[in-house]
Amino acid sequence: MTQRDIMEFDIVIVGGGPAGLAAAIRLKQLLPDESVCLVEKGSEIGAHIVSGAVIEPRALDELLPDWADRDAPLTTRVTREEMYFLTQRKAFRIPALARVMPHLANHGNFVVSLGDVCRWLAAQAEAMGVEIYPGFAAADVLIENGRVAGIVTGDMGVTRDGAQGPNFAPGMELRGRYTLFAEGCRGSLTKRVMAHFNLRAGVDPQTYGLGIKEVWEIPAERHEPGLVLHSFGWPMDDRTYGGAWLYHFGRNLVSYGFVTGLDYANPWLSPYDEMQRTKLHPVFRPYFEGGRRLIYGARALSEGGLQSLPRLTFPGGALVGDAAGFLNTPKIKGTHTAMKSGMLAAEAVAAAYTADAPEPDTFTDRLQASWLHQELSAARNIRPAFARWGTMRGALYAGIDAAILRGRAPWTLHFRHADHETLRPAAACPPPVYPKPDGTVTFDKLSSVFLSNTNHAEDQPIHLRLRDPALWKPVNWDIYRAPEIRYCPAGVYEVADPDSTPRLTINAQNCVHCKTCDIKDPPQNIDWYTPEGGGGPNYPGGM
Amino acid sequence: MKILVPIKRVVDYNVKVRVRRDGTGVETAGVKMSMNPFDEIAVEEALRLREKGAADDIVVVSVGVPQAADTLRTALAMGADRAILVQSEESPEPLAVAKILKTLVEREKPDLVILGKQAIDDDMNATGQMLAGLLDWPQATFASRVEKTDDGLTVTREVDGGSETLSLTLPAIVTADLRLNEPRYASLPNIMKAKKKPLDTIAAADLGIDLTRRLTMLSMAEPPTRKAGVKLGSVAELVEKLRNEAKVI
Amino acid sequence: MTALVLLDAEDGTIPQTSRSAIAAAATLGEIDVLVTGGPDTIQAAAASAAKLPGIRKVRTAAGEAFAHGLAEPLAALIVALAPEYDHILAAATAIGKSALPRAAARLDVQIIPDVMDIKDAETFVRPIFAGNALVTLRSSDAKKLLTIRTASFDPVPAEGGNAPIEAVTPPSSAEKSRFLSAEHSSTERPQLEAARVIVSGGRGMQSAEGFKILEPLADKLGAAIGASRVAVDAGFVPNDYQVGQTGKIVAPDLYIACGISGAIQHLAGMKDSKVIVAINKDEDAPIFQVADYGLVGDLFQIVPALTAALE
Repeated sequence: MTQRDIMEFDIVIVGGGPAGLAAAIRLKQLLPDESVCLVEKGSEIGAHIVSGAVIEPRALDELLPDWADRDAPLTTRVTREEMYFLTQRKAFRIPALARVMPHLANHGNFVVSLGDVCRWLAAQAEAMGVEIYPGFAAADVLIENGRVAGIVTGDMGVTRDGAQGPNFAPGMELRGRYTLFAEGCRGSLTKRVMAHFNLRAGVDPQTYGLGIKEVWEIPAERHEPGLVLHSFGWPMDDRTYGGAWLYHFGRNLVSYGFVTGLDYANPWLSPYDEMQRTKLHPVFRPYFEGGRRLIYGARALSEGGLQSLPRLTFPGGALVGDAAGFLNTPKIKGTHTAMKSGMLAAEAVAAAYTADAPEPDTFTDRLQASWLHQELSAARNIRPAFARWGTMRGALYAGIDAAILRGRAPWTLHFRHADHETLRPAAACPPPVYPKPDGTVTFDKLSSVFLSNTNHAEDQPIHLRLRDPALWKPVNWDIYRAPEIRYCPAGVYEVADPDSTPRLTINAQNCVHCKTCDIKDPPQNIDWYTPEGGGGPNYPGGM
Repeated sequence: MKILVPIKRVVDYNVKVRVRRDGTGVETAGVKMSMNPFDEIAVEEALRLREKGAADDIVVVSVGVPQAADTLRTALAMGADRAILVQSEESPEPLAVAKILKTLVEREKPDLVILGKQAIDDDMNATGQMLAGLLDWPQATFASRVEKTDDGLTVTREVDGGSETLSLTLPAIVTADLRLNEPRYASLPNIMKAKKKPLDTIAAADLGIDLTRRLTMLSMAEPPTRKAGVKLGSVAELVEKLRNEAKVI
Repeated sequence: MTALVLLDAEDGTIPQTSRSAIAAAATLGEIDVLVTGGPDTIQAAAASAAKLPGIRKVRTAAGEAFAHGLAEPLAALIVALAPEYDHILAAATAIGKSALPRAAARLDVQIIPDVMDIKDAETFVRPIFAGNALVTLRSSDAKKLLTIRTASFDPVPAEGGNAPIEAVTPPSSAEKSRFLSAEHSSTERPQLEAARVIVSGGRGMQSAEGFKILEPLADKLGAAIGASRVAVDAGFVPNDYQVGQTGKIVAPDLYIACGISGAIQHLAGMKDSKVIVAINKDEDAPIFQVADYGLVGDLFQIVPALTAALE
């Protein structure tokens, strides 16, 4: 056993996204004298943040009402929005969007770089005394006497074969009376905490999406700041959930991306190629002509909503943000919900702290009483309707649910399958034919990964591990023809010698920490562990 | 022995820089900044000399914008004792930096100055040599090994086609190359302690040094992309092209 | 205008790098060259320099202090000669990069390193950010000191001239650094970063055993051996062979990529090579988009054939 140094805090927060930072700020507002420590595996705050993002400022208004006076990077107001249903060549604009999809009305919202928003939130938090440590991954959770007692940061300087290298620096125990897990979708410690405390008992399986995003700089004459476009339909078939976004913001920047529901069935589907080819549709293509691509990234997101929320608290802490699954899927927004969940959890922790209670269990009641619950409740049936009935009938149901039932349907639709259970055997599915990258609008995967600035120190253990390597050939290859080489948006997985002795190659260095493999692998054989702190993508400003 | 380690805040080496469309520079808004990797090696070498008992005081200094204080804190977290920020509006040229450092050397009186062989932003590879010239001190550039001896230093340098070893009298200037060492990780407690270590700020303007740029940037562009050449039919054809057309063999 | 070019004179011969620096100086007026060395090599070096075409005169400085290219005496010598010249150049080699900035500081001049294009007497192009951007700079200094990125200028021939030789008396100065020893890696393969030719292998080499067929070719060319990350990750070769974004960045005169598909991470490490040859069985491999010469086919046949053809 490595001797570890210990540091004690009142509250430890894992993850420097909107949920973790909002929780940190709220905690300092409520408990100004208590110590709050936040660790972030990215090399800096914002380095691992991927989001659209159109954000609703509701939670921010409550957290820091004077945000506008503090130069918050919310500067592009939504000015115009359109939603398209696509066929391969045509596009149908959804009329009266505000009525049939009221949850999508973006009046008063902002197009932002969420990475920049997080950098700004971190500066606010640090000014209030929150101790923020980027470059330190929370690699393990301390559970003692049935209570989470903090986390252990990852060892640094471990060599590929697991030995201690010349610069070995053991991780530390960061102990807190309360620990908040704000790791985002499919957090690696959240997963362990959920299993240990059986937090998912009695709730629907979580269902996920994979968002793949590019930031482009486009010619000024085609740039319309505040324009928000969404699409559904083509190139997805009716059984596959997914759609594209295109947001104009900042100085001639557009955020383009595509979300693929990870409950897809065809193992030949490649979310990356779907994202690339959608750019070629006449609705989107003109915006890219003459532009240049600047940034690329990907991240899984939780789509299950209210039915899939686990129990949120346990002795010693709580789950917040997308680690718990607070995204509002029909609204395509998770920032305000993540922040609000962080704030509510912070209030519950402050109350527990004052009362010296082990579990911040008032979080659940506070949630019930908040607009966050109302909002998620109203949206709860839409995503499962798509899962159950497909895109066309799902959209129809969504219109009825929103416009007529106003989210108050007396029933709740449930998710029946986890995403790793939905793939059909490769032999039973037609492989889609994707166009070859043209090098101007569409690109190959590796040149995309290059633009994520991802990097991992070379000599370290592979952070993507197969629980049972023997399972890969008979299951992943023989039945599904290695879907991981297609769903991974970073080219981490490759099959060597497919024609003779197929073997899985894991290029862990390419990983952009999206977590899709941990979610979608059919036998749930791939585990995503935290690599050495500071590793992973380095998304720059504007992402 | 007292060691002065000048360090520079640069665009992080993982970030792919991009030239602004109007050719006025590279995009730096929201871009991650870090300590120049060669300077990190220089800091590490100073720490190792201290750990071997050859040095007792390590002062880090940076010339640049106020945020360079963060970079100095990183060096303090690695183990440097004290930091000085010479604040200026932009990053001065190596000649001006060398003049500023000369003033600091006269104040601080170090026995050794170790710095990175070059910064990975402007790739000038000049500040160490220029400081050595201004001070008329001996220099050893591109160091891959540094040993303290009774009367000075023995430094192995990376030169074209191999390496060479020099002996220097002190005081001296050493510039660090990649293979000199592998810098340590700054630990969390040390990052916290670094917040309390002394960091003095001086305004560059107060030093009475002329910082006027000697080089005016007329334009900046991305390098031309390579074009696909020809596919050849045979090895013989390739050899012929390499010999007579490209003239590289 | 008159330019002085500091030559690296190894073993009495003038290397290609220095001849590229002379080529760069060609547009800057008359050219003198400066040859330094130990008492035993200076004659041969001066004679070689005198044969270079287009030289007004060869100036020599001999002495123990100059035997090993130490920066301090070299810089002092350059400073002493500087009043006679408008431009002072050297190849961007270890010696030039060490001595010229030192001399520039003494002359109160901002050195301009790694010049890859000379627009006019005061306007120069140089790479920054590891070659990811090129800047055009105008110097306001009365005198310009430049180091030359040698791959950007075709060297002048080694022969064809007959310049007079003139010995100069170097300024005396106290010894500050002393040469102890040199360890040349000449018997082994050249280092990747310093190699003029690199033979590099990727996934197509198939195994550590397969990778070995590159060795005779590299021997024949005096080349260093490199590899793509896939080849390193697959364990064909050790880590320090890796060329690419996360490995070594190289710019040899000739880069032969064998069984390398050409992922952008690899291209980032070698795209500045002067001539790129690609050997790959996949004719759609991205490496062909940057290669000057491509051969589509089985590298296990092509590489031995190429080795044999170089006899």
